[in-house]
Amino acid sequence: MAPLAPRSGDAIFANVERVNAELFTLTYGAMVRQLLTDLEEVEEVNKQLDQMGYNIGIRLIDEFLAKSNVSRCVDFKESADVIAKVGFKMFLGITATVTNWDADGTSCSLVLEDNPLVDFVELPDTCQGLYYCNVLSGVIRGALEMVSMKTEVTWVRDMLRGDDAYELRVKLLKQVPEEYPYKDDE
Amino acid sequence: MIGVGKMKQYTNVLDKPLSKGKQEVSLSAFAFLFSELVQYNQTQVDNIAELERRLEDAGYAVGARVLELLCHRDKGNRRETRLLGILSFVHSTVWKVLFGKVADSLEKGTEHEDEYMISEKELLVNRFISVPKDMGTFNCGAFVAGIVRGVLDSAGFPAVVTAHFVPMEGQQRPRTTILIKFAEEVLRREARLG
Repeated sequence: MAPLAPRSGDAIFANVERVNAELFTLTYGAMVRQLLTDLEEVEEVNKQLDQMGYNIGIRLIDEFLAKSNVSRCVDFKESADVIAKVGFKMFLGITATVTNWDADGTSCSLVLEDNPLVDFVELPDTCQGLYYCNVLSGVIRGALEMVSMKTEVTWVRDMLRGDDAYELRVKLLKQVPEEYPYKDDE
Repeated sequence: MIGVGKMKQYTNVLDKPLSKGKQEVSLSAFAFLFSELVQYNQTQVDNIAELERRLEDAGYAVGARVLELLCHRDKGNRRETRLLGILSFVHSTVWKVLFGKVADSLEKGTEHEDEYMISEKELLVNRFISVPKDMGTFNCGAFVAGIVRGVLDSAGFPAVVTAHFVPMEGQQRPRTTILIKFAEEVLRREARLG
C-alpha cells in the first residue's frame, strides 16, 4: 500500500532548512520595486510577477514531490487540500483554508492564514491596481501544470487592497491525460 | 465564519505591531525567489558589471530597511556612530538576523586604511549557484554587498562595497569576501572623533 499522504506539512517544515522570513519579505519587496521602476505599468508588473511565480512553480513541484511523500491525489479536491495544508506549510511555513467549492468541484478558494510576503507593505496610490502577491498565483498554476492540471488562479480578496483576507480562486480548466513523451517502439 | 483568515486588518501599516522577527520560511522558498531575481535582472542588462550593479541596488533597498528595522526593534532607536561599531553591527547583528549566524570573519585590509572585509565560507545566496564559465567573475554576492552598502550608507557611512570569490586552499568552493571601502569623509570624521 502506498504510504499515507501527510495531512500537514508541519513535520516537513520542521526538517527543512529555513531562513528568516524578513530576509524573504524584504527581498521580495526589493524585486517588486525593481519591476515597478523597470516596467512602469502596474498591469505589466502583475504579469511579470505571475510569470516569475510560474517559473518557480514548475521547479518547486519536484522538490515538493520529493520531500513531501505525497502520492497521487485522487481528485482536484484532494489536490487543493494538499496545497493548502502541506504545500504552503512546507515552503512558507503557513497554511491556507480551502473553502467555497463550486457545485461540480472544479473551483475553490484558498484563504491564507498568514502571508509572509506582505509584512511592512502598503500600496501607494499609484499602485492601486497591483496584485502584490501575484507570484503566489503563478507558483500554484505552474506547479499544478506539471502534474497534469491546467488551472486558472486569480486573487479574489487582497488585504493590501482593503479586503479582509487573502483569498485565491483556483479553477481547474482541464485535466491533461498523462502521456509518455515518446512511443514505445521508437 | 468559515474561510476568514486569522489576520487582523489595520488601516495603516504603522499601526501594526512590529513582529519579533522570529518567523521563518524555507530556504528553498528564498532560493527560488532569489533565482528569479537574478534571472529577471539578466534579461535587463548586457554585461556582468551592469548585472552586479542591479543586484546591488536590490540589496541596497533591503539593507536600508534592515537598518531601520533593527535599530528600532533591537537597539531602542539608537544606532552606531563609530566605524568599528557599525562594522561589528553588520558582521554580528545584521548577519545573525538575515542569515542566522554571525559572519565567519571581519578583517581590516592590510594594504589600505579604508578597507575592511567580511568573509563567509558559504554565503547564503551562493548556496545553490554555480556561475557559468562565460560569466567570468560574476558573484551573486553583489546582492549581499548591496545589503551591506544599504546599511552603512543609511547609517551615515558611505562606502563602496563589492563581492569577490576568494579561492581557499583545500576547499572545493571559494569563499565570498565582501570588500568595504569607506568614503574619505568617513575616515576623516573617525580621525577627528579620536
